[in-house]
Amino acid sequence: MLPEARVPQVMDADRMARALTRIAHEILERNRGTSELALVGIRTRGVPLARRIAHSLRDINREEVPTGALDITLYRDDLMRHAVGPQPVVRRTEIPFSIDDRRILLVDDVLYTGRTIRAALDALIDFGRPRAIQLIVLVDRGHRELPIKADYVGKNFPTSSRQSIQVRLQEIDGLDEVLLNGPEGES
Amino acid sequence: MNPHAPIEVPPETASPSRLRSRHLLGIADLDPAEIRLILDTAEAMKEIAARPIKKVPTLRGRTVVNLFFEPSTRTRTSFEVAEKRLSADTLSIAIATSSVTKGETLIDTVRNLEAMSPDMIVLRHASSGAPHLLARLCRSVIINAGDGTHEHPTQALLDAFTIRERKKRIEGLKVAIVGDLVHSRVLRSNVHLLNKMGATVWACAPPTLMPADLARFGVRPTTSIDEAVDAADVVMMLRIQHERMYGHFIPSTREYFTLFGLTPERLKRAAHDVIILHPGPMNRGVEIDSDVADGPYSVILEQVANGVAVRMAVLYLLAGQDEELR
Repeated sequence: MLPEARVPQVMDADRMARALTRIAHEILERNRGTSELALVGIRTRGVPLARRIAHSLRDINREEVPTGALDITLYRDDLMRHAVGPQPVVRRTEIPFSIDDRRILLVDDVLYTGRTIRAALDALIDFGRPRAIQLIVLVDRGHRELPIKADYVGKNFPTSSRQSIQVRLQEIDGLDEVLLNGPEGES
Repeated sequence: MNPHAPIEVPPETASPSRLRSRHLLGIADLDPAEIRLILDTAEAMKEIAARPIKKVPTLRGRTVVNLFFEPSTRTRTSFEVAEKRLSADTLSIAIATSSVTKGETLIDTVRNLEAMSPDMIVLRHASSGAPHLLARLCRSVIINAGDGTHEHPTQALLDAFTIRERKKRIEGLKVAIVGDLVHSRVLRSNVHLLNKMGATVWACAPPTLMPADLARFGVRPTTSIDEAVDAADVVMMLRIQHERMYGHFIPSTREYFTLFGLTPERLKRAAHDVIILHPGPMNRGVEIDSDVADGPYSVILEQVANGVAVRMAVLYLLAGQDEELR
């Protein structure tokens, strides 16, 4: 048996595509159109997810939603605390539009402790004063350490803290899937 | 995203995510991958200058001392801006206001500063090797902001950043460095860096201002500016350093300009998309014609803007180091 065959797949390409399309519909329903919206993906995997949602929104509504990329490395709360592991590489933040008075849809792949989102909120506020920020995640795996909640969830997937969720995307990894690593049956 | 998991790096940009040394003493100690890491990080830092709030919280609670034993406006303010944009607490000490004028030695000055537990010291000193001495004796991270005629690493890094941003590469370019080479730490750092990154370096100066064994470092020396500038992709003009001219190196600044100054006519020999760099401060009408300095090929003010981004990158990368290596 191939080693990767033992890793349970939580989502395949089909389910991922359907989840993202559903999220696009929910966005339209909740915000009554797209005129004030903008998508901001959190690097690395939130960025292609944001682009895909923008694509779905265009297909449904025939309007372009501006899309940006946010790197939260400089806002992390663990930057200088961790003696092990490589120091995170800082990448470019690209938000080529004003976020003032817009409804910002923040996009990430996995919602876990909430610390990445906390950092992203701090980073976004430095770019202006959005009317509202809503959170989109592909997978919510629980274990929050901060009072943060997603507005749109592709899939709720309770995990144990010894497990990890790995999202793979076509644009970065060559295929679309979500994997559960670590001991099974602990959720 | 798991905050404790290492952030994955897409394969096309895979590079080491840290520097090997806890200090930045010179370009000679860096390998090409480390240089690329600094330049890539600087690219991300540059965007911060375009934000409404030009500040990130990364170095909150860190103290950086800028210790300048030589006059400097550009480098010192550039480091200060970089430190403030990363939210570090900064303290700048210039020689004229320090107790060095009362006879204190460098080591005593720094030991006293260290008693106030700074995290990093940015040092500019007239003696070559001064930062290396401090790196051996101090707990703080040392960043060389120019030591004597030895190295000025952040200047070479910002030059490389500017070249790479404009030319999209460094490898294979012809770079002409013209001016007072014998007194120039900028030359030394740039030669190390450009060699490591695969550029061809030409060095042009009057014989009195030409270091003896440049060819040993893979540099092509010439006394003809026309030869140096011919088909050059990058021309880097260095300042005639009046304060280091205790000998008689050139007959007069006017003669120097006639023989070695960069004029619009001479520039015609260069590549059609040549860029002109100058680390500043410029002596207009000595090493460079005003029309060239302010002309369309000049990227001199971009260098200043890029200097802040490059120094932010260096501060960030070294700040991550010091906890574990301490």
